[in-house]
Amino acid sequence: MVADPRRSGQPDWLDMDAGPVVRPYTVTGGRVKPASGFDLVAFVVAAPLDRVDLAPLQPEHRAIIEVAQRPVAVAELSARVDLALGVVRVLLGDLLSAGLVASYEPQPAASLPDNDILQAVVNGLRAL
Amino acid sequence: MDSVHSDRPGEGQHIPIALKILIAGGFGVGKTTLVGAVSEIRPLQTEEVLSSASEATDDVSGVEGKTTTTVAMDFGRITINEDLQVYLFGTPGQDRFWFLWDELAFGALGAVVLADTRRLADCFPSVDYFETRNTPFVVGVNCFDGIQKHSPDSVRNALDLDPDVPVLLCDARDRQSGKDLLIALVEHVASRRGDRVAAH
Ligand SMILES: Nc1nc2c(ncn2[C@@H]2O[C@H](COP(=O)(O)OP(=O)(O)OP(=O)(O)O)[C@@H](O)[C@H]2O)c(=O)[nH]1
Ligand SMILES: [Mg+2]
Repeated sequence: MVADPRRSGQPDWLDMDAGPVVRPYTVTGGRVKPASGFDLVAFVVAAPLDRVDLAPLQPEHRAIIEVAQRPVAVAELSARVDLALGVVRVLLGDLLSAGLVASYEPQPAASLPDNDILQAVVNGLRAL
Repeated sequence: MDSVHSDRPGEGQHIPIALKILIAGGFGVGKTTLVGAVSEIRPLQTEEVLSSASEATDDVSGVEGKTTTTVAMDFGRITINEDLQVYLFGTPGQDRFWFLWDELAFGALGAVVLADTRRLADCFPSVDYFETRNTPFVVGVNCFDGIQKHSPDSVRNALDLDPDVPVLLCDARDRQSGKDLLIALVEHVASRRGDRVAAH
């Protein structure tokens, strides 16, 4: 599924690192460069719908804004808008530059959650 | 949380802390089953689309030769309280997607490695991976159809595990059993840091 047969004969969109555009990435205009950040469990939140001009946005951008009205983890967002993770990250990068979403990254790997948090997880799991 | 821009989306909203736990192990060992057994939501899938350029292959035979693969990662969620959520990610079954593992393992609290004693060697790569990265893990011996061919100790020996790595018998379909694995993992994480999680 490298090249859509309907487009054969036309030059593939090329990205220097990633090779030919694959169909899921057509919604990003072929951009595959991962926006930095947007960890799988980073929470993203969009600006309130009533303050966003949706008209100029692509449907996929809109879908993200709608789902992210409440804080949602990047992995879950990807599942709910049914777009591949890399695609969602590119689109989130657009929305971030436009000030339409904010991303709250998880604690850096080096700083493990403190013992209170671990204790809370154990208690919470026991209580489930 | 920074407060540089007062109109930053999400400002004033409650942002939970998310912890990430990996569910690893060989092909068909019960990873997705375990995620589903303990998750509060039906397991969701996120996928990553790969071109061969992003895989660790030596194939540089030109653009035409490049192939793409979609790798699905399934995950579930457990809400501990309004401040705390645990995300469980099943790792892709095939070892060749190591760089996806890197993404999954980045910042992870730890991992559950599922083992099937009929095919114990299938979990060697997972064990190696987490040992190398110094990621805390526990081993769950999934007793398919109640078949328990090996004791936890014999599994520990076969896997050549450090003595402090917990090994538990489990049934990936059973919620309580899955919870026990996760609790063992979190307690293991705490004890590796020298703290003890009170048993109450
Ligand atoms: N009898 C029994 N069957 C199980 C158990 N755990 C999983 N299964 C079954 O084994 C099969 C494979 O389980 P999955 O959860 O899909 O395994 P997986 O590790 O996610 O598989 P891949 O993602 O393909 O590597 C399914 O048909 C499950 O219903 C168990 O503890 N006992
Ligand atoms: Mg699976």
